[in-house]
Amino acid sequence: MIRFEHVSVTYAGAGAPVLRDVCLDLAEGELVLVVGRTGAGKSTLLQAINGLVPHFTGGTLAGRVVVAGRDTRTHPPRELADVVGVVGQDPRAGFVTDTVEEELAYGMEQLGVPAATMRKRVEETLDVLGIAPLRERSLDTLSGGEQQRVAIGSVLAAHPSVLVLDEPTSALDPPAAEEVLAVVTRLVHDLGMTVVLAEHRLERVVQYADRVVEVLGGGGVRCGPPAEVLVASGVAPPVVELGRLAGWDPLPLSVRDARRQAAPLRARLERRSVAGDWEPAQSPRAAPALSAQGVTVRHGAVVAVREVSLHLRSGEVAGMMGRNGSGKSSLLWALQGSGGRQAGRVDVGGRDPSRLRPLEARRVVGLVPQDPADLLYLDTVDAECAEADRACGPAAAGTASGLLDQFAPGVDGGAHPRDLSEGQRLALALAIQLSAGPGVVLLDEPTRGLDYAAKAALAGVLRQLAGEGRAILVATHDVEFVAAVADRVIVMATGEVVADGATAGVVTASPAFAPQVAKILAPLAFLTVDQVAGALAVRA
Amino acid sequence: MSGMSRWWSGRVPRDLHPVAWWVWALGLGVAITRTTNPILVALVVSVLGVVVASRRGDAPWARGLKYYLVMGAVVIAVRVVLRSVFGGDVTAGQAVLFRLPRVPLPSWAAGVQVGGPVTAQEMLAAVYGGLVLAGLIACVGAANTLANPRRVLRVLPRALYEVGVAVVVAVSVAPLLVEAAQRTRRAQRLRGRPARGLHGLRAVAVPVLEDALERSIHLAAAMDSRGYGRRGEAPARVRRLGAAGLLGGMVGISVGAYGLLAAAGPGWVEVMTLAVGIAACVAGLALGGRRVRRSSYRPDAWRWPEWAVCVAGLVPAAVLAAGLGAGASGFNPPTDPPAWPSVPLIPAVAVVVAALAAVAAPPPRRAVTAGPGGEHRARAAAPASPPPPAGAPAPSLSPAVPP
Repeated sequence: MIRFEHVSVTYAGAGAPVLRDVCLDLAEGELVLVVGRTGAGKSTLLQAINGLVPHFTGGTLAGRVVVAGRDTRTHPPRELADVVGVVGQDPRAGFVTDTVEEELAYGMEQLGVPAATMRKRVEETLDVLGIAPLRERSLDTLSGGEQQRVAIGSVLAAHPSVLVLDEPTSALDPPAAEEVLAVVTRLVHDLGMTVVLAEHRLERVVQYADRVVEVLGGGGVRCGPPAEVLVASGVAPPVVELGRLAGWDPLPLSVRDARRQAAPLRARLERRSVAGDWEPAQSPRAAPALSAQGVTVRHGAVVAVREVSLHLRSGEVAGMMGRNGSGKSSLLWALQGSGGRQAGRVDVGGRDPSRLRPLEARRVVGLVPQDPADLLYLDTVDAECAEADRACGPAAAGTASGLLDQFAPGVDGGAHPRDLSEGQRLALALAIQLSAGPGVVLLDEPTRGLDYAAKAALAGVLRQLAGEGRAILVATHDVEFVAAVADRVIVMATGEVVADGATAGVVTASPAFAPQVAKILAPLAFLTVDQVAGALAVRA
Repeated sequence: MSGMSRWWSGRVPRDLHPVAWWVWALGLGVAITRTTNPILVALVVSVLGVVVASRRGDAPWARGLKYYLVMGAVVIAVRVVLRSVFGGDVTAGQAVLFRLPRVPLPSWAAGVQVGGPVTAQEMLAAVYGGLVLAGLIACVGAANTLANPRRVLRVLPRALYEVGVAVVVAVSVAPLLVEAAQRTRRAQRLRGRPARGLHGLRAVAVPVLEDALERSIHLAAAMDSRGYGRRGEAPARVRRLGAAGLLGGMVGISVGAYGLLAAAGPGWVEVMTLAVGIAACVAGLALGGRRVRRSSYRPDAWRWPEWAVCVAGLVPAAVLAAGLGAGASGFNPPTDPPAWPSVPLIPAVAVVVAALAAVAAPPPRRAVTAGPGGEHRARAAAPASPPPPAGAPAPSLSPAVPP
């Protein structure tokens, strides 16, 4: 179906090729998972399938890419639209029309499908994806999961035989991600579609994959059955890590497979209780670093945050979870003092950050927003660091670049902030916000677009900051990240706190929020592979 | 189909064909250009208001009429200010309202006066002229409010299809730009920077423009991968011929129009050039259209309400253009000496006829903004934009009780 023949891609001005001599042959009806570190070239590989590379992105492509017998050299993306459907990372950025129904029809209109056929196919597509109730909705009003399903539907309606999805679940909460992946697997199994999918959070998809293509750092690829590729892969979900640790063979890819092999491991771990590790480290009498009482945030008629009270203690990392739109961001902004707050009090060391001038408020509470790029506006990393120090006064010279070196060693000071990887850009934003020395640090969705290694590095940085006596609050959808880093989890829904307690208790209370290791080893209260390794080491 | 059921099929809520709204609004626009009578102009604007209020949808662009009215008011104000500053000539019998200090100008600027006496006559003429411009702006605004801009694009000749890309990108990215600007301003506050002055402008403008550029490229890539601009059946030679015809026609039209306007009188050469230019353009569009093959999902219907709306708009245009019922002073009430404008009966009735469009057009379809379980999108979670109502049920999470 899709054939890569000795494909190398070199972007203009780049020293080394992104892909080097790639040969692949993907058969019809396969679900192919593309994995790799951030910036390894996953997107380039995906975009080469329908010719966006190099027709749209520029650069040089050597070799041949043939899809359904058509060579992308002679067929630009628009001439492959009837064969390949592409859905990008942010579905909203690709919407061309106003309503769901028109969006589904758009691709067919371009292909010149007769009007009667179009009506029929739109109805079919609405049913296949389960979005019939949304048909007249304006695209702006859809939730993230709904947008992603509409985006898939809009390419599906044109009846392509290949579907290319670039990180379809990276912005979604766990239930919405399940929804989208359920649709994708159904397309493969019921319609025999070929699906090529790139994803960072392998724990969500690896069990559905027929084949895994790992894009290695140097531009090469490794391709094979999932278990074979992941045994030696640089990126692996917790279930695979646990399998490697326990030496299971064949390597399990799903919680079910792992659980069936886990009985001996559970027996080995049984004698050691880890519940004691998850007692709150502080004495209850320790004064909270930040305390909020009855915080309410309204956007027009909608109450985004309803009378939330919460305390953050020094030296504690708290995770905040909840579906898209449950009020997490609104609460973070209200706590920082920059966002609106219609009622309630926030007290940080006797001061209310919303009453301070912005320059003062950031010395008290630092917030890294969802898109760190919003904070940056200068041409180079060094200039951004210098600017951050200047804002803090003459004594602060070198603080920001020092912090950046510590969080992400080896970032080129002359680089443009837009050219950094997601992880490096996040580190830069964090360094800028920490240069003011706030005692409370809030992070909004920092794990978006980070691979496992970058997430582990971020977890290390957050633990270190907590160790220095700061209070950290991280809003995220990533269960595994929360399990690895947080002492405490707060769950929000419709603007209210519905759960607040020690991580182990909260995340294991609901399957949707439980990390893979907890599911495999239940009823034992292990959350991460590191904990298991630690327990085994103690026993040995 | 019986007459009665056909009548009803015209009343079912649906969006009127966008071309019908544009014909109607431009008809009123033509009517306005024939008169400076403020009462007639005000009548036209009221008719626009009535029709827009009763037949607009609930999409974002449908709430735009007030901005066009504000723009019109600004135009009137600018005109009045300019006339009072650069006027300053008094002839006998004119009423001087007030005097501005006169600025002495060098001799080479003879004929231009800055400051001086301002007369009621001059002010009245400025207001009348401004009203006409404001009325025209309101007509265009009403058409934009009533007709979905993207559906208007669909009736463009296929040969102008590339123009469509630019317009679609602009229509889609502009609202996102506003959102990005709000988001960035808030984020910059986190760095403790007051978003004021040149520094503040740069801090907001750079990320917003980068964001907009990135989004435009994403959208263009998405349109391309979904088949936008696919080649049709036409061979390359025909396509080139179409492009050449269009280009040559444009040149012909320009030359012809220039000749017509510049020459002492319209000569037959100029008329011929114009005619040939138009013909070449039409042929170019027809040939060029063959290179694009596309179909239309649920094409807008053209039924009796569309005809009725067009007629309602063309009646005032025809009546005022023909000068029916103009009376002795025509449609231009005297400003020197100022007199209370009279209301010419026939044109006024003709303008009111245009309001019948509100009855003739079927009610618009109401877009469903949020169904049950509608949550707002991930971006909206940032407090920069107000989220739609969250009606989602709470997750099935038991309260925090550690085991």
